[in-house]
Amino acid sequence: MNARVYVPRDATALALGADAVARAIAAEAQRRGVAVDIVRNGSRGMFWLEPLVEVQVGDARIAYGPVKAGDVAGLFDAGFQGGGAHALRHGAVEDIAWFGRQERLCFARVGVTDPLSVEDYVAHGGYRGLRNALALAGADIVRTVTDSGLRGRGGAAFPTGIKWNTVLGTQAAQKFIVCNADEGDSGTFSDRMLMEGDPLCLVEGMTIAGLAVGATQGYIYLRSEYPHARRALDAAIANAHAAGWLGGDVGGSGQRFDLEVRLGAGAYICGEETALLDSLEGKRGQVRFKPPLPAVQGLFGQPTVINNVISFASVPLILDRGAAFYRDYGVGRSRGTLPIQLAGNLKRTGLVEKAFGLTLRELLYDYGGGSRSGRPIRAVQVGGPLGAYLPESQFDTVVDYEAFAAIGAMLGHGGIVAFDDSVDMAEQARYAMEFCAVESCGKCTPCRIGSTRGVEVIDRIRAGVERERNLDLLGDLCETMRHGSLCALGGLTPDPVVSALRHFPDDFTRDSAAR
Amino acid sequence: MKVEAIAMQEPRRRNAPRTAPGADLPPAMASAVRAAIDAHRTRRGPLLPVLHAVQDALGYVPPQTLPLIAFELNLTRAEVHGVVSFYHHFRSAPAARTVVQVCRAEACQALGARALEAHARQSLGVDWHGTTADGAITLEPVYCLGNCGCGPSVRVGADELHAHVDAAAFDAIVAAAREGTP
Repeated sequence: MNARVYVPRDATALALGADAVARAIAAEAQRRGVAVDIVRNGSRGMFWLEPLVEVQVGDARIAYGPVKAGDVAGLFDAGFQGGGAHALRHGAVEDIAWFGRQERLCFARVGVTDPLSVEDYVAHGGYRGLRNALALAGADIVRTVTDSGLRGRGGAAFPTGIKWNTVLGTQAAQKFIVCNADEGDSGTFSDRMLMEGDPLCLVEGMTIAGLAVGATQGYIYLRSEYPHARRALDAAIANAHAAGWLGGDVGGSGQRFDLEVRLGAGAYICGEETALLDSLEGKRGQVRFKPPLPAVQGLFGQPTVINNVISFASVPLILDRGAAFYRDYGVGRSRGTLPIQLAGNLKRTGLVEKAFGLTLRELLYDYGGGSRSGRPIRAVQVGGPLGAYLPESQFDTVVDYEAFAAIGAMLGHGGIVAFDDSVDMAEQARYAMEFCAVESCGKCTPCRIGSTRGVEVIDRIRAGVERERNLDLLGDLCETMRHGSLCALGGLTPDPVVSALRHFPDDFTRDSAAR
Repeated sequence: MKVEAIAMQEPRRRNAPRTAPGADLPPAMASAVRAAIDAHRTRRGPLLPVLHAVQDALGYVPPQTLPLIAFELNLTRAEVHGVVSFYHHFRSAPAARTVVQVCRAEACQALGARALEAHARQSLGVDWHGTTADGAITLEPVYCLGNCGCGPSVRVGADELHAHVDAAAFDAIVAAAREGTP
């Protein structure tokens, strides 16, 4: 039997040279007359070990990494295709503590299966949730999702079942399922990893949503910066069609569900759900007034379920194992697991899926291993560019939506960006305003104009021009943006600014000559 | 945003003869645009897919093609122009053969992206959106490539992603792009 070798196709693995490694393994195998089957899997999310090559040995997957193309001949010399000893060998993947301690529900298959193979997907528990859903009435599917306690993983944490119930209860000839795959927050990549590593899970979750609310058409709105995810999704959708899991007769049920990937065009604001809907309709991605809610009047004015990738991808398991199984993970009102992304200046970055309830400190040090630079971690931004900066004194905050809200921060999409002590927090505050100015859709004044004025005021503060007066002005401006903006972009941009001011005031008043 | 794009659209002259939209376009350009329209016109909300297809085929969305796109999709020119100018991805003028994007977002900042930005602009002798004197490379900022665990990140063209890019790695990426062997 041929040796089965896994080399990730995940974009981060590719950025670290995975394609060259796969080519080298194929060439070396041919040269030595060794028969190997190379499977291009997703990433296990241990980026410091990428490209992580795995070999099937009996029931175990033996990991080698980080592998460079130049290491491949040595790996063959060591007999890695049979699990041989080598300096890069880490043993079975599950035995790597960083990975083994995780609770992978949503990411159970990512890195394990061939992402594009329906057969592999089904062999690893895929489509069991959909089969169960086909035996249920729409209202019962919705109730299961509600009972699971699943909240929107895009960041707003709105209960998914309640959103679905509104769409279910709204009469219309055509309803839509829309996936928000415009993952624009810096420090987040779980959507990308899921779409590249287990796209059929998203396809199944959206199909279940369609069955639940009576929608026959779904769209995945994907950011244009994710070409690898696009190809994975397109192939997965085509394969699901061919296998009868999409189209006019989903799973032999006689029910229809079709799915199409639509590309965004480099606009952060299109991650805001109403701007996304306008963009899907072929318009400028400008934020809509609410109400009406998208659940009542969404895409093309029709009732629309719009959820994040991870929200949809959590649904198949909930329908497979039941609401209670999922709800038993987590703390307080944050139920289930969160795929957390460790990013920025950390030694061991990557994807950690854990039940809600661990602390930021555990993530930064136990998983992250402290800073990559070896210097002290000074500040952490959680929840993307609109998230507050947290100082060391807040590192014991528990990963829980309410615990983060209580300290004026947000968990958002679960991205954690660490900065060491070389960071200038006034510069970070300025960038928050600059980013808002670049990405504002322009519809409301506090965001469109306020962000530009914010950059100017911070520049004056940093330059020492009428510092006290300009600090007051910045405070007023942030209040105006927070309360007067139409959506979260203008409304939350003050959070990183104000938190930087509150926790790191010296950075704003340091003599500009000393910078 | 892209004010220059407005100026590039010629106003219709008074008494100018009415020609069919697109009749004034070079044949290759017209056929690329028509192919893009034909491929996507039956979709709901076809404008973004059409614009993507035009840019994929021509490298940019030429302002003179907007009347044809608008006519065929039953939109106004203003609507189409509004969409093209809204999105960072769509360009109204050709870029260099190779577009190099440097991520400016926080996760990359935490690993030295600001120094990389400065090096990129200085070594190429251009500001953001500028094209090098030899016409080989257009430099663009990008706000997150989803490679936040391994920054600073750089993308070359659509597909080629680079991790942990420092000044030396950037120079090597640029040299490879210049040789056309990315």
